[in-house]
Parts: sequence; structure tokens; C-alpha cells
Amino acid sequence: MTYKYVGKSVPRIDKDKVLGGAEFAFDFEIPGMLWAKLVGSPYPHARIVSIDYSEALRVPGVVRVFTGDDFPFKVGLYAADRDVLARGKTLYYGQPVAGIVAETLQAAEEAAEKIVIEYEPLPYSLSVEESLSPDAPIIHEEMSKYKHAVFIYPKPGTNIAHHTKVRKGNAEKVLKDADVVVEKTYRLPLLTHYYLEPWTGVARVRSEGTVEVWSSHQSPFAVRELLSKSLNIPMHKLVVHHLYTGGGFGGKAGLLLEHIPILFSMKLGGRPVKLRLTARENFFFMAQRAGYVLKMKTGATKDGRIIAHWGEYYLDAGAYADYTVNMARAIGLTATGPYEIPNVHVDSYAVYTNKVPTTAFRGFTMQELHTAFESQIDELAHELGVDPVEFRAKNLFVPGKSLTAIGERLKEDAGDPLTPVLEVNKILSNVGIGPRKDKPWVIRSKGIAAFWKGPFQPSSAASSAIVKVNEDGSVDILVGTGEMGQGTITALTQIVAEELGIPPKKIRVSPHRQTDMVPYTWQTVGSRGLFSESMSLLMACEDLKEQIKEAASIAFTVNKDMIEVRDGKACVVGEPWHCIPIEKLAIGYMNEKGVTVGGPLIGRGYYVPPRNVLTDPETGQVMEEGHLAPFYTFGAGGVEVEINLLTGEIKVITAATVLDTPEVNPGLAEGQVIGGAVMGINIALREEIKYDVRREFKGIYPDGMLLNPCLTGYIVARAGDIPKKFEWKFLGVKQKDAPYGAKGIAELTMIPWPAAIANAIYNAIGVRITDLPLSPERVIAEIKKQKPELLEKAMEYLRINLKGGDNEH
Amino acid sequence: MKDVEITLTVNGEKKKVRVSPKESLLHVLRDKLHYISVKANCYRGECGICTVLMNGFPVKSCQVLAVETDDADIVTVEGLSKNGEPSLIQKAFIEKFGFQCGFCTPAFILAGHYIVENMPDATDEEIKEVLNGIVCRCTGYKQIIDAIKLALQWKKEGKS
Ligand code: FES
Ligand code: FES
Repeated sequence: MTYKYVGKSVPRIDKDKVLGGAEFAFDFEIPGMLWAKLVGSPYPHARIVSIDYSEALRVPGVVRVFTGDDFPFKVGLYAADRDVLARGKTLYYGQPVAGIVAETLQAAEEAAEKIVIEYEPLPYSLSVEESLSPDAPIIHEEMSKYKHAVFIYPKPGTNIAHHTKVRKGNAEKVLKDADVVVEKTYRLPLLTHYYLEPWTGVARVRSEGTVEVWSSHQSPFAVRELLSKSLNIPMHKLVVHHLYTGGGFGGKAGLLLEHIPILFSMKLGGRPVKLRLTARENFFFMAQRAGYVLKMKTGATKDGRIIAHWGEYYLDAGAYADYTVNMARAIGLTATGPYEIPNVHVDSYAVYTNKVPTTAFRGFTMQELHTAFESQIDELAHELGVDPVEFRAKNLFVPGKSLTAIGERLKEDAGDPLTPVLEVNKILSNVGIGPRKDKPWVIRSKGIAAFWKGPFQPSSAASSAIVKVNEDGSVDILVGTGEMGQGTITALTQIVAEELGIPPKKIRVSPHRQTDMVPYTWQTVGSRGLFSESMSLLMACEDLKEQIKEAASIAFTVNKDMIEVRDGKACVVGEPWHCIPIEKLAIGYMNEKGVTVGGPLIGRGYYVPPRNVLTDPETGQVMEEGHLAPFYTFGAGGVEVEINLLTGEIKVITAATVLDTPEVNPGLAEGQVIGGAVMGINIALREEIKYDVRREFKGIYPDGMLLNPCLTGYIVARAGDIPKKFEWKFLGVKQKDAPYGAKGIAELTMIPWPAAIANAIYNAIGVRITDLPLSPERVIAEIKKQKPELLEKAMEYLRINLKGGDNEH
Repeated sequence: MKDVEITLTVNGEKKKVRVSPKESLLHVLRDKLHYISVKANCYRGECGICTVLMNGFPVKSCQVLAVETDDADIVTVEGLSKNGEPSLIQKAFIEKFGFQCGFCTPAFILAGHYIVENMPDATDEEIKEVLNGIVCRCTGYKQIIDAIKLALQWKKEGKS
């Protein structure tokens, strides 16, 4: 079956981004608005002895200075552990300690320089290991008093913010019987999302008491929930506005700052207050991606079956773990990637450190898990002497049969884990492994990684949608999901166009949201936006069609089931000359005598994941037969790389992506595939938030400082860095209860790259690198450690080559 | 040092503004003249998303002092469409899906416009070199480059 609009590259509807006029929170202003500025702590962990802001108040234009004592409560959702402004002590370098509100930004900035704060430094921790050591400084001494979600298990008196257990079979015993066991520890640094729009929020309180906020976020309803719970504002008195969001990647989903301008405004008679971060401030005030220490022991038998997996997964949560606690759950419960393993024993922890607060990054722990797990898989295959592709084929999930690590049985139509691996392998089949002829110190190689992911959400995560027909037959769609670049609003118009048979250009969905004006959706995360809103819209279109049929059946005095809706018209079945265009029914149908039947057409639909269930706190197993997520997307990625043994530089030549799902819009899907690959490859090779964990720079940099809060220190990909060639393919495998069979892809496209590249390095030179990034220094250091003879050989080649003199360079 | 008055042309319109000696062109365009398509992120010349065309060349407006722009000719995205008709480069960005979140898009459109106007035979490598100063975190650049190549081709074919 082919469709008219679904599956086509319908142009994006947010054209104002190209033509000018697209409005972001960054741009948003209200007359009479004040500006806020925050002052950060210069210590990673310190008692606040005194704060003197008398000089700051003297700066012309300064309205007020706030400190922690003005807001004696915590904010948060999963684990309410955040101070508005530091109270009593600071927990990380850069933590907001004071806030200035002034008539102009310049005045606020000037005043910020004049605040004098006296601190008494405390011992601090910059790593999971330090935080877990017996003499670790306790970062949250009052943890036992924090409110937290029922499925979060903090350990007061330690730095452990949460612990998830997964127990299936008897991994510890079975590992002893395995023919091969691969045991490794993987370390992944903190990262920044570097979305281009730094976080911004404008808040005001209306005179009748309604709080309004316009801010840069992914999910308006999640922002409302967090603010309502944390600040005790009833939801109908709290309106969250969503404008275009300048990128999010998970970084604008968890710990946000709306409460700050709101609280400032509340204390200033409701005057509008704007807080707009610079890129540098964004490193310190917004949550960054957590760091990871992943310890794994995986065992297989001679005949190539994985029989047991043991893991300890530690998330470096930084100073606040409100979101990272739930990520520790996610990585624990999906502990084994897309592989069926009968015996699993995994503990995952979120651990506080004196670093910036953390959250997720495009994949909610799944890039991190696969980085480690897909390396384990390759290592096992090499140990067993079998082809890594065949080894994967033998152990990947079989939908309908396999049980996951938490005992969930995948549905028959859950997808296709295997074909993507075979397809990627095929795409790269012409790539040989070995030294380049012209430069033998450059080794060409390839590597692959498989992956899977579904949205990690509460079993109740709902969404809803409304479709309205206007008097001229055009259509408005109302949904609650955020548009941050992924193109959901365009794809949603395609779905409705297909359902009602009207062209997408007659359909509009505003990019802006206002929580009191659009229907509810849980969050715009987990690649669930298009899936969940489309499911709601399919139901809304059905509802709408029923109303159209009802009105048309009266108009034609026939039975309702004699009416069909197509091409924007209601027609009597088999009598195509008896049709009414839907505009004639939009606000009710009026006959020749003026009698009106029906009323304005408004279709309403919702979606709640069917049979999503909770997991047991002691074993992590599903509490009854059911699912963790409404869909899982399966795929694989592969790279062709060049490794320069002299410089340690890795160059990705080709990036190949294969996903099992159909695509709703190939132009949008291409954007996700390429954007995800470039970001994922860059994370693999270059990205890292740096801290002086080993205290090598003591006295040179301030203690415990985030060392590279800028684009010269934190390297994001530029146009010149991208691979020469991209290949991609969507297999079109449909899930029955999915919109046009399609599943989410936005995060998936970023998952496989670090593992694929690490596997390519191993394939080329037999060196296994377990830590990211795969920077030139790290590559050289690991070669020196594992295969020093390679460096000598490379030097030898270079000497011969230089003597030859006539080679191309 | 005292404030001075400068005159600059923005999208064909003459504007007189009083500026302080330390003020950037970015500040004048966004905060004084309200051309909100001019975005900012780092304010220190690293991200490039504050790019505008000054006398025909792409510049990072956060790094240009307003006082240097007396008599200059500035173009922002607001000034690219003529009589409501988008320019070639804008049409090509829509056709090739050359944007996602849109925050970097004005900068890339202007850089692309510069290429289309001045580098008719630009190779992929040359295009990338011009774009290297601007960061996009969403697209992975390929569809931006494709859009610029399409606009170059259209221009050769005489399309407007
Ligand atoms: S704002 Fe980043 S270069 Fe101007
Ligand atoms: S489209 Fe989002 S940064 Fe370029």
C-alpha cells in the first residue's frame, strides 16, 4: 500500500526559520521586563560564611539581590535535591549562590562583580571512585529528608542517590562455567549537549495570580509538573509557554531553571524577569550529560552462546541527580543491549560528586550502554575466534521468543534486530582491513555495532491530540509535544493529511504551545514524540470522521455507515456524485431551509501505552506480563575508518546506518540519520568535559573547576569534520500498533558510533580502547601500552617513505 | 570615551544609532534595531551563529565593534527575500531540509548566500571551508551543504 503523503519528503512547515521571524525564548521580551544574572561559586564544595551585596545594590538600575535564604526549600521531581540558590554550602564549582535582578542586563552584570562572598572550603570529590571511598565527603548530608519518586532508592549517609538491581538466573555461578569471559571497565566522561540556544526563561505573575513562563525546553507539560510540585502552584494557575526551542538533545528535558525567574518575579510584585544564559554560563547552570564507569563481565560458551552477564554501572551524577537517578534505572533495566542472555546480575547506581549537575543526552543512557556492551560483544567473538557478525546473529533477540534482561517477552512484531546488522555488514563489505599503500602508517579498517532502544517512560505516560476543521475546510492540529528541530510538527501534518485526504498545506500545527491551550502529553523525550502524538491523532481523526459521517448522513438522509470520508469530502458510498466538502460541515450542516444539524467539528484522541508495567524493586523483573515501552527500534551502525599510527588520529570515512522501521518523511529522517551520526562520531572522537580529577593542576586552575567551558576547549563537529560518505537505509518493518507502522528514530541514530569505531580500531591493530574520547593522545597511549611494536613499525615505514621521497603527501 | 552616532544601512534601510565605543554590531542589530534573526551563543567569536553580511562578506557580528560599521552595508536574513519572494538560497534550504532547530539557520543562510553570489564553482571542500566558522549541532551539515550546492546549480540554470 502506498500513501499520498506519508513516506514522502513533504517540506518542513517551520519555514519561518529560513525566512526570518522564528521566535525563540531567547528572543522573547515583555515591556517592563527586568534582567536576572546569577553568581556562581568559585569552590567545588564550601561552607558559605557570609554574603555582602551592599555594593551591588548601589549600582544604578539594580532592583534586588537574592540569596539562598530567600528560598528555603528544594526543587525536583524524581529526587528533590536542588537548592534554588546555594543554602549553607555550595556543592560544585559554578553553582548559583546569588541572583541579581536589574532594569538592564548591563546593570545586573556590573552588580554581579560587586558581590563579596566568603567561603570556607571543604574536601571535595571529582569522581565516582572518590565519592564511594570510605572517607568520602558526604555531599548531601540531608538526603534522608529529600522527597523522591517511589521507584527511586537513595542511600542516606552515602553519596549514592539511587540503586537499581537486576537479577535473572544466576549469573555469578554460570560465569564460572563459561568457556570465555570478557571482563572490562569502560569510562565515559561528562559531556555537554551544546544545543545552540543557551537556556533562557522569562516569567511573570499576572495580577490575578496566574504564573506565566516562556522558556527554552523540550516538554511544556513536564516543566509544568515540576514547577507545580516544587513551588506548590496549582496547575491551572501556571501557564508554560513553549516557543521554538533551539536544540535540546535531552539537555532541556530534565533539570531546568524556570523556577528561578518565576521565584524572582513572585518576590518583585509579579514584574516580568528574564534570565538568559551565555554559552559559558550554560556549562555551569544547566545540567550536562552524566559521566559513566561501566564494569562488565560477560561469558559465552564455545558454541557461541552468551550465557551470563554481570555488571556494575556507575553514573557520575554531579551535584544534583534529579534526572540521573532515573537514568541509572534505565541503564540497569536494559542492561544487556539487544541480546538474550539467560543469566543477568546488574547493579546500577547514581553517585553524587562535586561536579556540575547532570542529565541525559540523546538516548537516555543507551549510547553509553552500547558503547560498552557492543565492545564486549566484539571481544567475546574475537576470544572465541568467530566472526562478530555471526556471533551477534546467534545471540540477538528474536521477537516473539526472547526474554529481555527484565523478563519482558518481546512482541512478535517488535521489529528486526538482525537484518540491520547484516545490511550494515553488506554496505561495508568492500572495505578491506590493512595499511594504506601510499602511507603504510595509516591503517584502514571497519567496525560495526548493533543497538536497540525504546522510550524509557512511566507506564502511564499519556498523550492526547485535537483536530479541528475550520470554516474554510482547513485544519488545525493541537498537540502538546515540543518542536526543537526534529520536525515532528511537519510529520504530524502528513499523518492528518493522509487520514483526511486533504493536502498538508491546508493543515497547520503551531510550533508554539501554551499548557492551558493544548492537550496533555507527558514529555518530548525518548524518540516518543512522533509516535505518541501520531497515535493520538489517528484516534482524533477517527473521532472527527465519525462526526463528519453523522452530519453527512443527515444531509443525505442515509445510514451513517453509507458515508465515507475521502479527499476532504463526505460521500455516499458508491455514489461519488453525492458528496459534501468538509468545509460545509465544519461548523454544522445547514440545509436549504436553514435548518442546521451537527456542530463544529472537533476530533479528540489519546494514547496510553498498552500493557506497560512496573518492575520489581529487588529483581528488576517485570511485575506481570507486559512491556517497558510501547515500541523498540532496532538498528546497526558501521564505520570505515583510517587510523594514523603516527599521530593517533582517527578519521571516519564512511558512516552507515540501518534502522528496522519505516520512515514517515525521508527528508526529515535523513536529517536525523546524518545529525545523529555526526554528533555520535564526534562524541566518540573529541568530546569531553574536563575536570582535574587527579589534581595535576592544583594551584594552576581553581580547585574543582570545569576546565573547558567554551568551544575552544570543548570541541564540537564543524562542517569540515564530517565523514566523506553517509549510507543509510530504513527497512520498513512495521509494528502493528504504530502509526503507519513507524517507530521513533531521533536518538537511535546517535547510539552505535563509539562502539563501532572502537571495534574498528581493534579490528585494525588489536588494541582495545575502553575509555572515551578516542582522542589522538589516548590512541597513542593505548598503542604504547598494548602494542608498542606498532609504533616502531610505523616510524620505520615513515623513514623508508621519506627516503623514497617521491611519494604523494 | 563617549557615545557616538553612526549611520549604517541594514537590509537597504538607512539607520542612525547612538552607540558606545565598546558596543558590538550584534548588540546594535538585536537589541537596538530588533533584527531577531541575528542569534548569539558564545559572544566571543567561537560559534559563528551571529554571522551577518557586512559589505557583502560574512562577519561574526559579536566581534565587530559598532563604531566600525559607520557607513557599512549590513544584510540579515530579514533582508534576503525580495517582495515576499524568498531568495534562491532560502528556497534551497527548504527543498533540501537544510535546517532543524533553526537557531543557527540565519547564519548558514547568509554564508550560503555569500557562496552563491561569489563562488559559482565552489567545490564541497571550498563550501565546507566557508562554513567551518559556524556551528550547527543538529543537522550534521550535509543537508546544509546540499542546499548550497542546489542553489549554486539553480543559479547556473538561471533560476531566480
Ligand atoms: S555569538 Fe558566537 S561567534 Fe558571535
Ligand atoms: S539547526 Fe539546530 S543548530 Fe543548526
